[in-house]
Amino acid sequence: MIALDSKVPSGPLETKWDRHRFTEKLVSPNNKQHIKIIVVGTGLAGASAASTLGQLGYHVDCFCFHDSPRRAHSIAAQGGINAAKNYQDDGDSVARLFYDTIKGGDFRSREANVYRLAQVSTQIIDQCVALGVPFAREYGGQLANRSFGGVQVSRTFYCRGQTGQQLLLGAYSALCWQIERGQVAMHPRTEMLDLIVIDGHARGIVARDLVSGKIAVHTAQAVVLATGGYSNIFYLSTNATGSNVTATYRAWKQGAAFANPCFTQIHPTAIPPSEEHQAKLTLMSESLRNDGRIWVPKEASDRRSPDQIPEAERDYFLERRYPRFGNLVPRDVASRAVKAICDEGRGVGPVGHGVYLDFSDVIAREGLGLVRERYGNLFDMYQRITGEDAYEVPMRIYPAPHYTMGGLWVDYNLMSTIPGLFVVGEANFADHGANRLGASSLMQGLADGYFILPYTIGHYLATTKNGPISHDHAEARIAADRVTMRTTKLLQGNGRRTAASFHRALGRIMWNACGMARHRAGLKHALQTIPPLRHDFWREIAVPGSGESFNQELEYAGRVADFLEFAELLCHDALHREESCGAHFREEHQTVDGEPVRDDKGFAHVAAWEHVPNGAPILYKEPLTFEFIKPAMRSYQ
Amino acid sequence: MNFTLKVWRQRGAGERGRFVIYPARDVSPAMSFLEMLDVLNQQLVLKGQEPVAFESDCREGICGSCSLVINGIPHGPDRGVATCQLYMRRFTEGTTITIEPWRAKAFPIIRDLVVDRGALDRVMQAGGYISSNTGGAVDGNTILIGKDRAESAMDAASCISCGACVAACKNASAMLFVAAKVSHLALLPQGEPERATRAKALMKAMDREGFGSCGNQYECEAVCPKSISVHFIAAFNREFLRATVAEPGPLTEIPSDPHAEFR
Repeated sequence: MIALDSKVPSGPLETKWDRHRFTEKLVSPNNKQHIKIIVVGTGLAGASAASTLGQLGYHVDCFCFHDSPRRAHSIAAQGGINAAKNYQDDGDSVARLFYDTIKGGDFRSREANVYRLAQVSTQIIDQCVALGVPFAREYGGQLANRSFGGVQVSRTFYCRGQTGQQLLLGAYSALCWQIERGQVAMHPRTEMLDLIVIDGHARGIVARDLVSGKIAVHTAQAVVLATGGYSNIFYLSTNATGSNVTATYRAWKQGAAFANPCFTQIHPTAIPPSEEHQAKLTLMSESLRNDGRIWVPKEASDRRSPDQIPEAERDYFLERRYPRFGNLVPRDVASRAVKAICDEGRGVGPVGHGVYLDFSDVIAREGLGLVRERYGNLFDMYQRITGEDAYEVPMRIYPAPHYTMGGLWVDYNLMSTIPGLFVVGEANFADHGANRLGASSLMQGLADGYFILPYTIGHYLATTKNGPISHDHAEARIAADRVTMRTTKLLQGNGRRTAASFHRALGRIMWNACGMARHRAGLKHALQTIPPLRHDFWREIAVPGSGESFNQELEYAGRVADFLEFAELLCHDALHREESCGAHFREEHQTVDGEPVRDDKGFAHVAAWEHVPNGAPILYKEPLTFEFIKPAMRSYQ
Repeated sequence: MNFTLKVWRQRGAGERGRFVIYPARDVSPAMSFLEMLDVLNQQLVLKGQEPVAFESDCREGICGSCSLVINGIPHGPDRGVATCQLYMRRFTEGTTITIEPWRAKAFPIIRDLVVDRGALDRVMQAGGYISSNTGGAVDGNTILIGKDRAESAMDAASCISCGACVAACKNASAMLFVAAKVSHLALLPQGEPERATRAKALMKAMDREGFGSCGNQYECEAVCPKSISVHFIAAFNREFLRATVAEPGPLTEIPSDPHAEFR
């Protein structure tokens, strides 16, 4: 039985966080040095949390499966980070960033969380500047901004096309400082494979040293998961090849509720897939939509090269359907429109999975030099992958799974339903509702890690008596045995199929049934096809080598095994949500024009799922109440 | 397309390695180099053999994980790209492609093509940061930074810590890496207070980790996936001189007896 208490403070929205911080208990400086905290993951959320906790005086054990904490997939975010600085004096404010984010999320997130996110956004920029993040500047020396992804103000800060990498390097350098000071012990190439829960509290993890293969128990007073999202469940996604659901999924199996797993975002501007062995989809930054115009030929049969198609015979379908926002409509709206056009047979490129993103107008208007300065690295990347020069011919783009709004359920303090287990960044479900706006994942990751978790975890530690536990505590031994047994089992398949082939098969099922558009029959079918696939996996999996050495195939097979279980949860959630909202589009719930129909009476809730061993997961609902704003119909027309 | 792959296999740091020949058949020109290796590994796994260990993660040229020496050149024949951004259309049909790991004393081999680049992290931990606590930072526009300066800092900051510069250098020097890190922070006013100590600390850490010294051959710039300029090495040399000779900074070590030398 799970109790979902959001712990949102009462009173006016604007002062909730300030009042809450005042009422939170503090840990005295002398006591902090006796407290150990485990942080798993070193992306923006994990690195900023670990470094700040170290700076506060806690001892931190920090884990990542990469060879270096600087490689986490936050680095790949290209476009930018939002903050309500209103430097451009164009009408931005904390209230407007709050409203845009909650509206962009289609009113499926908590008011209090989102408002706090908008509030701390301004501090994030200052903090990053102080750490030496080289944000783009104007000639006068002030920070530059651009408009980004479905909003009407310029509030996005950026570092060329590699904002994520620069923000992560900032957090990583802060982490390096704390490692040097001895406050953080870094464990690279170490993968968390289970959570240790003792007397109802999260007290440690079981992790495998990926070089020696040694499985070890690590204990602490609290555990923070910052392990990212699960878009790789679709096999082809914009995520890194290593990104996986294992840490959050294992925490779910130990009792943490998983919220809104079906809210998965499809990004409209990726390079279209071209062949069978492709390992990932490469994202082209959404900022390209600021200057590029999206079109397809008006006639499905038109096979001329794009420069031969006259203006009158082109369909700028986003500008036509959404005159106010044009090419800048939110991601889900753009993705669905692109898919619909391709499904009509009007897609372009070798397999018809693509639409043009054309820069000829902006090049004519503002010059090649400016476009090169703004997007040069993206155009280079496009040319390398496709062999085409986008300065000369229009780019082709197609939607790709990109980000997962769903994640472990957390309360206002970012604590899961297991006391002592905190979840930050993409790994939690908290702030983006049913759809995330561009340039707000970096904002949320750093907000959680730098400015929210360090306060809220203190209250938990100050009010909880967690004595030291030994590494051979019965529960710790049981968890370690679970991991060892599973690792052994992965090595015992009959060797007929590779993990990648199962992953591809699962990806196909999920993309068709639970991708951009979902319907009841498709989801039910998926729920019937996943268990046999999983059964085959355990019988036929091929993992050579041993568990006691560096074994990448073993790591990968373990992650695929978790995806094969987690996929069902995702489908259950998509099936239960009988409405279309944000990135979740149920074909049964649309207008005659194909616009989504949201159901606020039936589904204005967070769906939090509890794991039941050998049974169907149980759904709990956290109602979403809107005290301060009125949920409006999201219309970008 | 068809190729012959000559791949370095080595079980661990303490063991002898050797080249093993594998055929690669029916390779699509649209495949990336790493996807071609993925296919090879799938075939090996199905034969019950251990796949070729190599590193990759983002596969879009920004995380710095991938690290292959291809036909003798770190990250392969193309300029300004990481291994993961290399496509098979770049290679000539029927040729032999030699694949090796980064080779440097400071990068011990873990397995096959995977090396331990922890030395780069330890250099960063020695001082590659601005000691700024979370909270209390001044407004981002309080200290103005000219566009040109910000752009130069960004040029240096674009380093992805892949270590190709080390692998390309006959001395296995990490000079371009360290120079990029030092220059990035030295160019920004926020990095000013620790500018001298940082330059000295990183130089020392680089030596301690077993990286060689710079011979000014610029192989590093040629293979850098972010095309980071060797001008930053000159800038770093200047930073180091400035820190050690020109402006040694305020006296931090007062001799116990200032008159000792006259006695």
